[in-house]
Order: sequence, then structure tokens, then C-alpha cells
Amino acid sequence: MMNFSYTRATSVGEAIQAVVQDPQARFIAGGTNLVDLMKYNVERPGRLVDITRLPLDRIEETPGGGLKIGALVPNSDLAYDERIERDYPLLSSAILAGASAQLRNAATTGGNLLQRTRCYYFYDVGTPCNKREPGSGCPARTGVNRIHAILGASDACIATHPSDMCVALAALGATVHVEGPDGERTIPFSDFHRLPGSEPEKDNTLSRGEIVTAVELPKPRFGKNHTYLKLRDRLSYAFALVSVAAAIELDGDVIGEARLALGGVAHKPWRDEAAEASLKGKLPSSSAFEEAGDIVLRNAKGHGHNDFKIELARRAIARALGQAAAGTPQVQANKSIN
Amino acid sequence: MSNVHPYVGRATPRVDGPLKVSGLATYAAEFFAEDMLYAAAVPATIAKGRIKRIDLSAAKGAPGVVEILTHENRPEIPEDDAPYLNDMVAVPGSPFRPLRNDKVLYSGQAIALVIADSHENARHAASLVTAEFEVETPTVDVADARSTAYEPPVPRDGIPPPPPPRGDAEATFKGSEIRLKHDYRVAPEHHNPMELQATTVVWEGGGALTIHNKTQGVINPKNYICSVFSLDPEKVRVVSPFVGGAFGMALRPHYDLFLAVLAAIKLERSVRLVLTRGQMWTMGWRPDTLQTVALSADADGKLTSVSHHAIQATSQFEDYQEPIVNWSGLIYDCPNVSLKYELAKLDVSTPSDMRAPGATTGVYALEAAMDELAYELKMDPLELRLKNYAEKDGNDDKPFSSKELRAAYEQGAKRFGWSERSPEPRSMKEGKELVGYGVATGCWEAMMQPHSARAALSADGRLEVACGTADIGTGTYTILAQIGADAFGLPIEEVTAKVGDTSLPMAPVEGGSWAAASAGNAVQLACAALKEELLKAARGLDDSPLANADVAHVTFADGKIALTSDPEKSVSYADALKAAGSERLEAKGDFAPDGEFAEKYASYTHSAVFAEVRVDEELGVVRVERIVSAVAAGKILNLATARSQILGGVVMGVGMALHEESVWDKSLGRIMNANLGEYHVPAHADIHDIDVIFVDEEDKANPMGVKGLGEIGIVGAAAAVANAVFHATGKRIRELPITIDKLL
Repeated sequence: MMNFSYTRATSVGEAIQAVVQDPQARFIAGGTNLVDLMKYNVERPGRLVDITRLPLDRIEETPGGGLKIGALVPNSDLAYDERIERDYPLLSSAILAGASAQLRNAATTGGNLLQRTRCYYFYDVGTPCNKREPGSGCPARTGVNRIHAILGASDACIATHPSDMCVALAALGATVHVEGPDGERTIPFSDFHRLPGSEPEKDNTLSRGEIVTAVELPKPRFGKNHTYLKLRDRLSYAFALVSVAAAIELDGDVIGEARLALGGVAHKPWRDEAAEASLKGKLPSSSAFEEAGDIVLRNAKGHGHNDFKIELARRAIARALGQAAAGTPQVQANKSIN
Repeated sequence: MSNVHPYVGRATPRVDGPLKVSGLATYAAEFFAEDMLYAAAVPATIAKGRIKRIDLSAAKGAPGVVEILTHENRPEIPEDDAPYLNDMVAVPGSPFRPLRNDKVLYSGQAIALVIADSHENARHAASLVTAEFEVETPTVDVADARSTAYEPPVPRDGIPPPPPPRGDAEATFKGSEIRLKHDYRVAPEHHNPMELQATTVVWEGGGALTIHNKTQGVINPKNYICSVFSLDPEKVRVVSPFVGGAFGMALRPHYDLFLAVLAAIKLERSVRLVLTRGQMWTMGWRPDTLQTVALSADADGKLTSVSHHAIQATSQFEDYQEPIVNWSGLIYDCPNVSLKYELAKLDVSTPSDMRAPGATTGVYALEAAMDELAYELKMDPLELRLKNYAEKDGNDDKPFSSKELRAAYEQGAKRFGWSERSPEPRSMKEGKELVGYGVATGCWEAMMQPHSARAALSADGRLEVACGTADIGTGTYTILAQIGADAFGLPIEEVTAKVGDTSLPMAPVEGGSWAAASAGNAVQLACAALKEELLKAARGLDDSPLANADVAHVTFADGKIALTSDPEKSVSYADALKAAGSERLEAKGDFAPDGEFAEKYASYTHSAVFAEVRVDEELGVVRVERIVSAVAAGKILNLATARSQILGGVVMGVGMALHEESVWDKSLGRIMNANLGEYHVPAHADIHDIDVIFVDEEDKANPMGVKGLGEIGIVGAAAAVANAVFHATGKRIRELPITIDKLL
């Protein structure tokens, strides 16, 4: 870890200014990822601008019947908020599938969106990495890539986004509120994170100095038929090899609306609207679920160690849609799959 | 009897527990000295080659930097190997020494040491050191080095090479109708105790050093340092009262010790060096091993031949050896046995002992193969083991000093409900999950080492028992206090146990599960000697009521020595001390294993491990529902700490079966998951019921009948889980860990 200076911001505007004025400055909230990366010398900020005292820690109801979650609401508070548990159980479940209780206590809503990849090479400054050092190369493509992307990767980068919460937010169609030197704007969740392309150093579409202020959830849906199915190398405290957020709204016997997003498979939470559309109007059935999986994975590509993730994702999608249809989600308390 | 309620044998809470939970227990990185400097080691980013240039300019200009040492500017160090071999756990070869020259032998090797005025400044400056290398292509996978395998020309001290073949295993195998031959592989593992490897060197002035080093035996770093740096042993003291887990990784002196002492001597200052978690992957590890096991049997399941061949990874510079195949010649009764053990050199750091070194790896392969044979024979896997029960050690042709493995099988099977198993694979199911039962045998040698101990009674009525061994979290403090308390009939609160200091009576490193038997008996002997001294003093009193008594006729309890036949006649410990004219009376005990006994008998601990797993076949997810480990390990000194030892071993075995794997990038030669986020050990969710049974076993290899428990918990545990996975799914995964991808 390198030495750094520390400032505490008292307003959003002041925080933005501090980061705009100093190219070496970074925002810090829970720090559960940034501090880790600093210890590994992956992130070397000269200044940390602490935003934890900003008034962004409330969950408010919106006029449209949704919820606006302040960027500083801790992951634990969000997961156990009674409105979230009641109306957005998919989100609560996804949060509780991630990290550990201690990390969730410290981690914030905004910070969760801004987690960086867990690619081994990104974390190891002794190796090249296009995301860490643009143009240096990507040893993961031919190296140890068991945990890497099978969808939307590029020649430059095959890293994945590690968040569980974001997979649920993608499925639920959330909106991200940001504020920057040029004022406020909103970003649809699916446009917030990006694919690596030729600029893998950019994880998302934020500009320099922009700060996430809130995440807005639309009016509640999918309270009954949903699941967050997470598959990983141990039953708790491991990142997803493949995770699936699935939600269904039944219209009589048939599927009226479906949502399907995957984690652990791409540089961003991978929502597939074509697969969702394929389910519309169909009876919940294995064949319909498998077809949706085929659509999601139509362009999937493995890199050796992670080839298995394609088949695993196919099976996980079918299982998750089945769980959602039956209303028997994965239980995060004891990790039993169902 | 000296105490109506002896502590020995009872579940006695840890005497060091309150210190540990309150943070008052001091570990190697927690000792302070005035004006102490802090060091940080800079790791090489390549695995093989040469350092062309190290650029220190940025680091030298960083705040607080006092000195940066590299191979180019370090103080003189001995070039010969001999001084570095003053290490009780050394292996054949040329020991590693950091900053020796420009050669890089493995990834992460320390190539510079930054010394600064604070921990933070040292780490910061270390991050600014850059180096250019001449890179050679490394070999880091034992499978890629298979063709270069060789039988170690010099055996490692204390590690028996495989015994010569008996009978003709090859011919028997060829002529058998019932036979199998399979390859097995266990992934490389790193110990990763919670406590990081660290050294604090306190510069006492006048050439005297006090060294706090994470070690499993203070004598070893002391001998090594005195030898390497030509220091006067009278002026070097190593104090390491607490160790936050080690599992074998802290047996040998590591580079933190060498570098911290080098810096302290050079700067004549106190220096602390704490390695990073990532650097815990730059030293000893459980080596990657390729194994082939061939078994044949007659139709009744009697083994007719056993062959076991292992090729184990080692470094380019040392022949690290552990007994991997020997177990296959002694766990079961078989007339035709052929065992072969080879090494293959890789561009890696030297492997080291890791909990039940050799047995964990080798017994896994044997027990997986035995399971395969049972299915081949359509025989209950437990019955197959009983059918081939060894009544003697076939390797050495000796009877066992004791072996209650049969009782362990029986009691374990009963507790587990083994009889409810349906024989066919894939035949048990609950909900969406397949259910599997697996069993395996565990075995470890019951070793002992010469140990000395001291017992001292002081005027305030307190007893101190002391031995230079280590307590690496196993409960050594507690068992030594229990033994002392029983000897003098004292409440355990009035006994102080001391370990981990070179000023205490000599003990070797704590490992191999020998500490309880060796240090325990030494303390017992010291207490017996102290009783004699105390009684002698009591007899010397004017008109002593014990005038003619000898130690067989008196009872030590309630603060006094009393005639057993007439308890009214007694002398208090205080009066006896007064008679001795001393505030403190002490005596020494020297324990040495009985060589004659060892000539006649083979001593081993055994276990029977039963596992139930649930497998979601479609998704490849394995859950270990429960494990029963029934252990035969002689006299159990403390049921609580003994149970904890077995629990820890079983959890580590589950990790070996399902989770743990250090993964190298084959082109870069670097371990890519060198952190606890991506190197998976079992989390709480992975561990459910673990039931530990200690079966009664009387052993006479030492006076207390103790065999030791540190290793036996892990041996067989991984095989039991892997065998249960087969029973559940019908899939035999012969490469551990059994991860999702292997079961899809």
C-alpha cells in the first residue's frame, strides 16, 4: 500500500470538486474493495475523499411507487429493510448471497456498483493486465481463467463483474442517479456497466468526478416468483462462478413477464431481454426454460478452464426459472439450493 | 492417587484462552522495542531467471526509508551451505537464502528488503522498487516434469524411504482377475494459518538479540541464526510464547527471520518484518503429487497385491521428502507390496510439512483405491477394510504397540449409521440431491522426541511447569498445566505453564504430533523429581511426621504432603520449602523415547472416518452433511482440546476434498490465487455436524500412554468425502479438489 492523504467531504459538491481538482484523488465509502486493491498496489490513489458523511444514507419512496436507495445505505441495511424484503425479495436475496456479514455491514450501495473485477491478473501487479495497465496484454486469455467471462468478452479483456446485488438490480430494471461536475443525470442500470471492448480499463460509464448518489427501483413486481441462484466454489464467501437472477410474473397459467440476468459470466451483469421475451406467453416448462438458456448462451465462448461455465449457466438458468416459477428460491441463510 | 478429580483425561478449558480472547497473548509481530524499524520484503515477479537491474531510486526517496538491502549491497553472508543446515527440519540440498545473488529460483522470492521508520512507510517504499529480469521459462506443474522424476539420492533425516518390496506385487497383479490401477492427484495446498509469518528482532545492545519469531520450536531459529550469523548462543534468546496456527509451515526458519536479523545486525537497531498474506505463498506448501495405486484381490476381498507409486514436486535446490507411499505397506495386510517414491524438480519454493505430511496425500490415494476395489467386488467398503485388517506393521514386520482401529470402525459405523447405507451408487436420494456415504481409514505414526522440562514450586503455593516446546494452538499449555496440577493435587488455576522460550529446558520443534507425548512425559518426570525433592525437604524437618516415608507412601494434595495410610501426618508444601531453605524448589525431567520398545513395536494412531454428502447432480454442488471421526490415539489428555484438534483436521480434510488448490499460471510461474478470497478453505456454510469419538486404547510406548493427535484428524477425511461423492453420484473424481466443473 502507498501513502495517501485523506479528506472528508461535507457535501456532494465538495466531494466532486475535490476529485475533479486532483487527478490522484478517489472517492472512498465502505472501502471494502478499494482498500483491498490499495494493499495490492493495484489502486494507488494519492488522496482519498471520504464520502461516508454525506446525506445519502436513506431509502425513500418515490412518487412512482418505487424506492430510491441512497448510495451510502449499507448492503446489510438494504437487504434487511422491510420494504426491500417484502417488495423486492430478489434484491434482498442477491445481497445476502454476497460477501460476508462483516463486509455487507461496511459495503455501501454505490460502492457495490463500483466493485472491480476479481480477475487474478488484475489483482497481481507482477503480471500484465489491460484493465490495470492498458496495452500491457491479457495473460488470462491463455492462463488461469476458471472464473472468467463467457459472454461479451473482448480480445483485450475477459474479466467479470463480481457483484451479486447488481445482477438483481439489472433484472429489476433499476436506475442509477449520479451527480458530477456537469450536474445530475440518471443512467438505466443496463447502461451503467459496460463491456470491455478495447477499453477494459473502463468498468462503467461514469465520467471523472461523477458520484453515484442513489439507485432507484421501479414499482415493486416479482414479489412472489423469483430466485437468486448462486453457484460457487464453496457454499459461502466466494464469488459466483455463475449466478442467475430470475423473476416471473404469471398471467394465469402463462408467463406474463420474465426477467433474467446472470452474474459471474461477463464484464457486466448480463441481462438478456431476448431470452426474457421468449418466455412471455409460455407455460412455465423445462423446454421453455431451456430455450431461454439457449438464447442467453447463443454467443457464449469459453477460454479453456472456464468452458464448463457455459454448461453450468445453461443448467443454472433452467433451474432458476424453475425455482422462480415454483416460488421456491434459493435460501441464502443456509445456502440450500432447492 | 494424588488427586481425586484428576485433570488429565478431562475436558479442561484452555488455560491460555482468556489471554487469547482478550488480545493479551503476544504474537511474534506484536512485540515492541524502542526505536524499532520496520521492514518489507520485495518479491520477484518472475519464477526463473536472473535479476538484471534493481531500481531503488524512487524507493530511496520515499518518506522514512532508512535502508534498502539487495544482493548487491547486503552484508557478507556465508556462501557455504553448512551454516544454513543448522535447522532441525532441513532437507537434503542447498537451503534457500534470500539476497544471495542475482538468481531467481521461484516467483515471489525476496529480492530486496526495505527498512523504514514505520510499517506503512516500509510497505509504501517496497511498492516503489522495480526490477528488470532476464526471464527463463519456468516449470511449475509436476505433470510437466514427470519424465525427470528421480528417487531421492539422500533420504531426509527422520523420513524413512519406502521399504523394499515384499513378495511380487507386479506378477500377482498381472495374474489377478480382480484388479484395478488408477492415477490420483491432490492439488497443491498452502497452510495459511491466521497468523502471518513474522519476526521481531530486539536489539538489546552489546551484541545481544531477543528474537520473536513465528516458529514451532524456538530452538530452531536460535540455532539457525547463531550458525548463519556467527552469533554467540549465550547472547541470543528466542521468545515465541504464542503461535497463531502453523500446521507445519513454521517448522523451518523462513526468510523473514533471516532478513530481519540481517537488517538488525547491519543497522544495530530493532527490526520487525511481517510478511504479507500473499507472501504466505512464497514458502512451504503441500506438494503437488502424481500417484498411481494398483490393487488386486481374491474373490473374497483379500488383498493379494498393493502397488503405490508417487511423483512429488520439490524445488530446484532442495529434495523435500515426506512419507507418501509407505502407508500402503502397513495399513492393510497384504503379502505382495511394491512402493516407489520419486521427486520432480520445479521452479517453486521448497515444499514443507503440512499437517500429516505424506499421509494426507498418500492415504487419500490408497483409500480411494480401496473404495474402488470394494465396488468392484460388490463388497461393503467397511467390510473390505476389516477383511484386510493388519495385525502387524507389514513394512517393519513388527507388532503394533496398540491398535484399536477395529473398535474405531465399529463405534464410528454405529454412530454414523453406516448400516443404513444402500450399497449401489446413486441409490440414495433426498429431494433433488443424491446422498452418498463414504468411509476411509486414517493412520499416522505415534512419534516421540527427547524433551526436557522443569517443574518449580514456590512459596506462594504456585506450581510452574516449563518446557521449550511450542503451543501452536493445539492446547500444549493446557495439558502441561493439567499434568502439573494432578501431580501436586493443585487446582489448575494455581499452575503456570511456560513454553516457547529458549531460556526454558530444551525441546525440539513441535511437529509430527509428538509434543503431547514428549513434553507431557517430560513434565510428568519433572514433577516426579520435584516431589522427591519436596519430600526430602519435608523429611528433614525436626520431628518430621514424614521422617521415614518415601514417595510411594505419601499423597500430594491440598497444599501438603500426607502419609497415605495416616493423612493426619502431613507437612505443608510451604513448610517443606522452608525446610529446604528456599523460596522456590525446582526439578528437571528428561524424557527420551524408549529405544528398546521402539525396536520391538510399531506405534501408530488410527482413525475411521465416515462422511455423508449431498450432491445436486445437475449443478455439481456438493454439501458435506456430516462426518464422524473415530480415533484411536492412546490416552487422551484433554477431551476438549483433543476434540478441537480432530475437528480442525477434519475441516482441513474437507477443504482438501472440495476446496483447496493453489493455482499456478504455467507460463508466468506465479500462483494466481495467492489470497484468502480466491484460495478457498471451507467457510462455515461448508461445515455441518462433525462427531468425534475417542476409542479406548492403552499404549505402553511411553509412561503416560499418549500418542498425539495433531495430524490424525485430517488423514482419511478427504478420502471419506471423495468416496461419499462416488457413492452419491457414481462418478469417481480422482483429482482433488472435487469442484463443480468436475461433477458436471
